[in-house]
Amino acid sequence: MIPASFEYHRPRSVQEALALLATHGDGARVVAGGHSLVPMMKLRMARPDHLVDLQELAELRQIRSETGYLVIGAMTTQHELIGSELLAAKCPILRETSLLIADPQVRYCGTLGGNVANGDPGNDMPAVMMVLAASYRIAGAGGERQVAARDFYRGTFATALQEGEILTEIRIPVLAAGHGYAYEKQKRKVGDYATAAAAVVLSRTGGKCTAASVALTNVADTPLFAADAGAALVGTALDAKAIAQAVRLAQKIARPSPDGRGPADFRTHVAGVMVRRAIERAAGRAA
Amino acid sequence: MTVDTETAQARTQKLEGLGTKRKRVEDARFTQGKGNYVDDIKLPGMLFGDFVRSPYGHARIKSINKDAALKVPGVKAVLTAADLKPLKLHYMPTLAGDVQAVLADEKVLFQGQEVAFVVAEDRYSAADAVDLVEVEYQELPALVDPTKAMAPGAPELRDDLKGKTSGAHGPRKHHNHIFTWETGDAAATDKALKSAQVVAKEYIVYQRVHPCPLETCGCVASMDKINGHLTVWGTFQAPHAVRTVASLISGIPEHKIRIISPDIGGGFGNKVGVYPGYICSIVASIVTGVPVKWIEDRMENLQATAFARDYHMTGEIAATKDGRITGLRCHVLADHGAFDACADPTKYPAGFFNICTGSYDIPAAHVTVDGVYTNKAPGGVAYRCSFRVTEASYFIERMVDVLARKLNMDPAELRRKNFIRKEQFPYTSALGWEYDSGDYHTALDKALKAVDYPGLRSEQKRNREAFARGETRKLMGIGVSFFTEIVGAGPIKNCDILGLGMFDSCEIRVHPTGSAIARLGTISQGQGHATTFAQILATEIGIPASNITVEEGDTDTAPYGLGTYGSRSTPVAGAATAMAGRKIRAKAQMIAAYLLEVHDDDLEWDIDRFRVKGAPERFKTMAEIAFSAYNKVPPGMEPGLEAVSYYDPPNMTYPFGAYVCVVDVDVDTGITEVRRFYALDDCGTRINPMIIEGQVHGGLTEALAIAMGQEMAYDELGNLKNASLLDFFLPTAVETPAWETDYTTTPSPHHPIGAKGVGESPNVGGVSAFSNAVNDAFAHAGLTHTQMPHDHWRVWKTAERLKLTAAA
Ligand SMILES: Cc1cc2nc3c(=O)[nH]c(=O)nc-3n(C[C@H](O)[C@H](O)[C@H](O)COP(=O)(O)OP(=O)(O)OC[C@H]3O[C@@H](n4cnc5c(N)ncnc54)[C@H](O)[C@@H]3O)c2cc1C
Repeated sequence: MIPASFEYHRPRSVQEALALLATHGDGARVVAGGHSLVPMMKLRMARPDHLVDLQELAELRQIRSETGYLVIGAMTTQHELIGSELLAAKCPILRETSLLIADPQVRYCGTLGGNVANGDPGNDMPAVMMVLAASYRIAGAGGERQVAARDFYRGTFATALQEGEILTEIRIPVLAAGHGYAYEKQKRKVGDYATAAAAVVLSRTGGKCTAASVALTNVADTPLFAADAGAALVGTALDAKAIAQAVRLAQKIARPSPDGRGPADFRTHVAGVMVRRAIERAAGRAA
Repeated sequence: MTVDTETAQARTQKLEGLGTKRKRVEDARFTQGKGNYVDDIKLPGMLFGDFVRSPYGHARIKSINKDAALKVPGVKAVLTAADLKPLKLHYMPTLAGDVQAVLADEKVLFQGQEVAFVVAEDRYSAADAVDLVEVEYQELPALVDPTKAMAPGAPELRDDLKGKTSGAHGPRKHHNHIFTWETGDAAATDKALKSAQVVAKEYIVYQRVHPCPLETCGCVASMDKINGHLTVWGTFQAPHAVRTVASLISGIPEHKIRIISPDIGGGFGNKVGVYPGYICSIVASIVTGVPVKWIEDRMENLQATAFARDYHMTGEIAATKDGRITGLRCHVLADHGAFDACADPTKYPAGFFNICTGSYDIPAAHVTVDGVYTNKAPGGVAYRCSFRVTEASYFIERMVDVLARKLNMDPAELRRKNFIRKEQFPYTSALGWEYDSGDYHTALDKALKAVDYPGLRSEQKRNREAFARGETRKLMGIGVSFFTEIVGAGPIKNCDILGLGMFDSCEIRVHPTGSAIARLGTISQGQGHATTFAQILATEIGIPASNITVEEGDTDTAPYGLGTYGSRSTPVAGAATAMAGRKIRAKAQMIAAYLLEVHDDDLEWDIDRFRVKGAPERFKTMAEIAFSAYNKVPPGMEPGLEAVSYYDPPNMTYPFGAYVCVVDVDVDTGITEVRRFYALDDCGTRINPMIIEGQVHGGLTEALAIAMGQEMAYDELGNLKNASLLDFFLPTAVETPAWETDYTTTPSPHHPIGAKGVGESPNVGGVSAFSNAVNDAFAHAGLTHTQMPHDHWRVWKTAERLKLTAAA
């Protein structure tokens, strides 16, 4: 449980951080809250020679409203997400999800940027970012680009992030007023990753569902955007039959591997239960 | 003479003696982070040891190359079996009469086994060097299932035992067999089963779990080459036994070895045994001439130091149609892992498993236990229980429920019907134990009344009807468990470890100003000995508990004792404390008589003083007597006020209790919620009710963990799949329900103060209460038994098998 030795850097600006990454190449790794990376270093599953700590970058630690978007700096901690009045009013699913991540100690350190950049299918925020249609702003030596959360995840610990890049902010299109939302997560205990979890955001007008998106956590090697499940809800009264159909469609794309949380059939089943419960709760919340 | 106007009640309160909810004196330092644990010990020039461990469950070591590791700056040595062989230290004796490899010799037998010991200037270079020791392995087929290990063509695991047809506990009938232990009357049991009106049979597995104390194992060994003294600080639950074993293994005379157990962060049996880390640290300190520290990390603790349980039990229980139990048979396949390192009294290779007739008056019983080697870590310790008592209690409490199902009888009623009755005590069981005292009917009746058992059963009936109508997806389960423990090992006539009788000891010195120090052969790991033993003494010798220091854990100062595990501290060392106190009081009486110029017999004891019978205004307080002991004693008497007692208990003690657990099982998710848990404990005389409550809370939480989620999960290759707290279930406050505690008091007739011990009862009785509740939730659907742990997926699978699940 002792990491291999490494050099520690603490840049004062994004530019300086990018320069350090460029200098040290694939031996360098960004560290944010350290609550995914440091455990892996202690197990020597990650062995960076250079750690570039983003802690001093106040520019990456803010939550603000822009026209059409909510913008959250990558270094915003999960604890700060819970405390934000702005998010509570405009995007309450973030608080609900944050409260299901680990425990207060982890949330004081763990950042939103780290959670979505990590690429561990067990992380809870990526599925939420998918239902929110969020995109990630990424800075690199060659300038900036944006990648949609729905296109970002490639495999376990494999994302669209390239060597030398830093995820700077998360951009969430403003949600419809009166939208319904829910994040449902089954876990074995506090601090555990999901056996299966589901994020749902939907809207309805006059009893009919007008928009819906569904995504799944920890039932494949990446988070899963369940496009068909969401589509199956649109235009329905969110009745039992429609929900059952959405559940089936979501389960169809789940490919969990067996682990201590249970065999694959159980985890697929739970994914379905989480989807159903999330839809029901979101429907109950939609104005 | 002092004029004393205090009331008897005020004087009693001042003592904070027996029965007082005295606050724990230990907590001031622990809550401020001022505890002194092994890893807090830092000595000048100290080096750090770290292990290269086997990644395989079973493999032959083809070669070990240390060169790269030795080149790491700061690395002082890399020890392997080849280095220990000339010293004959590559194997060490276990507490169970087997030997265990200190460093793997030619073969590794379990994942995580110690292969090489790196010694370096700091932890970091040690860890780097561990990575660089090159070990070439040839993988061999692994055995993780004791049934398969006993198959005729199974690979032979222990090369060192090749051809040996008998071991420490008699004949071996297979190359992976360790022993057969048999007790009871086979013929009578056979007859009872054959002639029974009803027989229930069940295969019950108590899965392998780990005590997982928050502080892992470790030590600091320091060899002083000038005077030849070896000092070892370590996480030892039995420091004196470690000293004796260390002397026998190393050849260092026992008086030159000092073992110190500083504060210990939980033991639960994990810290009873002797581990390769201790031996390697000692050897490394001898070789290097400086102190060497070794501290396990969490994964090493889970992988390599002692596990518990892994009992595969086949039970048959016979009864009349109206529910009188007439016979019980049990066969156990006991998976001991790669080496037999159980910590049991020598004559009991299966511990006190023969307490498995439980709280019931069963006329005939027969037990056989076969110990088996597999490619798993050694251990088999008494995890918060007296030796194999949890296994026994789980077995009988499940069997009684299985029988109740078969008889279509209420499980509480079946228990009542078969209890040993109050007037039968002392009661000798069919498997040979003499139960000291008990009043089971009163305890169970009180429990059932407290939870409104009939009310719960009718609520359950309504719940099942609602479930059938599709109105709820939750099923209610009610678990009743009634346990009898056997603790306080034990009488020397039947209990020893490595030939050391299992007595315990206390030595008291009363200082001139009326305060005192007491030293014991036990060692607290969180039980609060410094608090409770002072309370026993306060009542015995009339000195306030706050004026009594209790010290344990330093073999240079404490009297010899066998340590703390198996709930033995109160039954054995607590008794020694009371007896030593009585010696002090006897001498004090003679001094008081001399001072008051009366005959000894004219005095009577009064809380904190001796007074003259019929003239209560004439008295000498213990404080006054203590001072006189140092300047004015009767002619011919030695000055001073000290006593020592080595207590060999005449019998074990038999705490018991009635537990009721109510759960709600969500059949869609497999999640079981504990709605209510009521625990009534009878531990005899209650020394400190607050500490008892704390012990019960802790033990129940561990029982919850075991029943609902813990399992050391090995794959076919011998990989331990959950060697971290991410996957090995350790509940937090969030998963822990609120506990309701209650008690009855049935003192032990043979213990000087009537105390029986309580630390382990909740683990022993708790597991079956949870398990019975989960099984009960599905009883109406035809379930008789399902194996632990009752985690989400297993519960869901059970529901699925019973056709209670639905599409998501
Ligand atoms: C006990 C425990 C329980 C946990 N339970 C959960 C849980 O239930 N759900 C959950 O979602 N998470 C859980 N976590 C993980 C936790 O939320 C982490 O904090 C989070 O996943 C990563 O955030 P971080 O800031 O700590 O990132 P770090 O650990 O610092 O980094 C993680 C990875 O992301 C990269 N990275 C970080 N920031 C950036 C950036 N701005 N740009 C580019 N790359 C970056 C790092 O290089 C690294 O590869 C748990 C952690 C612990 C220790």
